[in-house]
Amino acid sequence: MKVTIVDYNSGNISSVINSFNEVAGDKVNIKITSDLNKIKSSDKIVLPGQGSFKSCIEALKNITGLVETLNEFAINDKKPLLGICVGLQMFADIGYEETETKGLGWISGKVSKINNLNGKFKLPHIGWNQINIVKQSKIFKGIENNSHMYFVHSYEFVPNDINVISATTNYSSNIVCSVEKENIFGTQFHPEKSDKIGLKIIDNFINL
Amino acid sequence: MLKNRIIPCLDVKNGRVVKGINFINLKDAGDPVEQAKIYSDGGADEICFLDISASNENRDTIYEVVEKTSKKCFVPLTVGGGVRSVEDINKLLNCGADKVSINTAAVQNPEVIMESSRKFGSQCIVVAIDAKKNQKSWEIFTHGGRISTGIDALEFALKMEKFGAGELLVTSMDKDGTQSGYDIDLVKKISSSVNIPVIASGGAGSLDHLVEGIKSGASAVLAASIFHYGSYSINEAKKYLASKNIPVRI
Repeated sequence: MKVTIVDYNSGNISSVINSFNEVAGDKVNIKITSDLNKIKSSDKIVLPGQGSFKSCIEALKNITGLVETLNEFAINDKKPLLGICVGLQMFADIGYEETETKGLGWISGKVSKINNLNGKFKLPHIGWNQINIVKQSKIFKGIENNSHMYFVHSYEFVPNDINVISATTNYSSNIVCSVEKENIFGTQFHPEKSDKIGLKIIDNFINL
Repeated sequence: MLKNRIIPCLDVKNGRVVKGINFINLKDAGDPVEQAKIYSDGGADEICFLDISASNENRDTIYEVVEKTSKKCFVPLTVGGGVRSVEDINKLLNCGADKVSINTAAVQNPEVIMESSRKFGSQCIVVAIDAKKNQKSWEIFTHGGRISTGIDALEFALKMEKFGAGELLVTSMDKDGTQSGYDIDLVKKISSSVNIPVIASGGAGSLDHLVEGIKSGASAVLAASIFHYGSYSINEAKKYLASKNIPVRI
């Protein structure tokens, strides 16, 4: 099986690479690339993302044909895709970080700043928080409700259809921290930095 | 609910741990990778490496250490010490650091913070503030506490927040190494003034000190000696904090 981590200059992806390499057994071939043909021929892809919504979308667009290739992979071919952090946020129609930016539009909704109740809650939301599993997602197989995951973000994804939400976390309000829509998966938290339990999520994705 | 973090810090010199876990059953007491792994397996919420190599040539060894550690530890790894430029930050991140802590360069050339937080995201930019108390306020020092700057710590903290720092690592120079507790007033003052998380550092000598640090408004507490010398394990520390109604990940 070929699992590809999309390298589109979205910031630091070494932790994502390390965690997938740690989990992947002999039968799984982990590749890190921006090569469109290699992405197309993959069985699964991972879309990481750090920095701002705007900078990640721009970075995607900087690679000619990448957005189209991702659309084909996720929407037409319906092959499994996992977005992490801003990688998940980019599923939205629109993001409001820095400036209004169009997203991939895979899961209808918007990405806006966490309401920190006038400074009552610090931003970024950094650290370990518990997830409340609201829908049994395939990537949560063997994951107990209220498990701790590592977060670092100031913006949240607000989907229009609540049925796509698989987990939320509480930080000033219930923030969407995991989504599943058919073959498209996303986590706002960083499974690659969430210790053994995070690695289990990566393992679940690889074994889908 | 967001949990308060406990961050053990390891001093690394020329690629070896110089102040580290003093356990007999370690194969090699100076191996940073092995020690970081013990901490992360023990429940550390994050690991911090402070590179105290004296010369620039020796600083290159930190890259190798970070690379090896990030392949074994799957909790966030923060690396500081001798980080001068956007390029240094880039190199550390590429080796597997999740966050980089910047001290002297943030004072001498604050644009480094602005540029790097734009480029890599605020989430990985930690500004380390070394502060020393004078009559009414605190002054910041650079170069590992050797050079005074005349700059007010609180003003600097606010400036760094504006420049894009994602977190502030606030170390009291008066308290560092004393094991007499964090500078509570300093932690209170800074954490109540900024809107980004503050990590309290310098002076932790008992579990009650960790409790005090959090109660003063810090989101996380950094400690070295209480863990290194085996006085307490990370897990014991967390259980103690939990018994004092402080939310921690157990």
